Amino acid sequence: MQTSPEAFIAILGMALVTIAIKAGGLLLADRLPRQGFAAAWLRHIPGAVLAALVAPALVTGSPAEMIAAIAAGGIYILTRNLFAAMAAGVLAVYLARLLLAS
Amino acid sequence: MPQPSALSSATIDQFLAGARACIPVAVSVAAYGMVWGMLARTAGLSLLEVMMMSGLVFAGSAQFVALDLWTATPSSLPVGPLVLSALIVNLRYLLLTATLRPLYPSSNLGRGALSMYLVTDENWAMTVAAMSHGGGSVAFLMGGGVMAWLSWMTTNVTGYGLGSAIDDPSRWGLDFAFTATFLALLLGMWRSKADLLPWLVAALVAIATASSLEGSWHILAGGLAGSFAGAILEVRKHADQS
Repeated sequence: MQTSPEAFIAILGMALVTIAIKAGGLLLADRLPRQGFAAAWLRHIPGAVLAALVAPALVTGSPAEMIAAIAAGGIYILTRNLFAAMAAGVLAVYLARLLLAS
Repeated sequence: MPQPSALSSATIDQFLAGARACIPVAVSVAAYGMVWGMLARTAGLSLLEVMMMSGLVFAGSAQFVALDLWTATPSSLPVGPLVLSALIVNLRYLLLTATLRPLYPSSNLGRGALSMYLVTDENWAMTVAAMSHGGGSVAFLMGGGVMAWLSWMTTNVTGYGLGSAIDDPSRWGLDFAFTATFLALLLGMWRSKADLLPWLVAALVAIATASSLEGSWHILAGGLAGSFAGAILEVRKHADQS
């Protein structure tokens, strides 16, 4: 259990810039107009960010992730259950990678 | 019977609902938490430094990048690059927390800004999904945040203790828990055909960015491109109608 002043300052600096950015998004959004283009833009961020988070993980060069995505998406549409979708995705990607690798 | 605690019990319910909602993604958080703890040990962090970084910085991708830069000898520790890379890797949070504004009354924004500390990709995604169905609250967001914080911190320390005995999460498909859950959340947000083009723009820009730039730039680039595409389409449509 030890640290150095350098490590402490580095970690504290990392923590401060991280909270500043996270708080900054909320505070900047508060200054945007509540109607018109800015409001429409804010409304479209969640879907766009989720699509951007997911898409590259599906296009990896191997079809395993695509197969698993179809399994997870299909189970979600059928059950509307996030946990079931997650479990189906994990199981499908595990099996698909196993089968495709051999 | 009087109900003096009606408000607070509703708040507690929301908090617990938020924590529960984050369980599917906590699987991924835990798997990567173990790996990060193991790599942190290899990189030369002390247990105290591991706990300080996970507890205070609390940002997975920024912490992975930090391990690449870390040196075991304090005198050669690149403090400036460490702080700068945390700033760059976390820039995408500007977009994420901006969307949470409807949860906070303007008068209470100071406290709201501090609570952003507990925002992660995981509880953000669960909260905006709940908001798109008319739900979501600060307590819901915080419940998920505490859940993510606990699972990140405990698995970091466990991974640090276990050392190299840890497997690569992708060997068990656990890396996909995150992707599968977020995909399901996205499907749950589908409203109309008007969503298709912005999502497609976001996905394509993200794929193109991820193939040329390392790190989390694809989230920022895809998120910006897709949301602007959506806003432009929406404003145009209204202009046509009027």
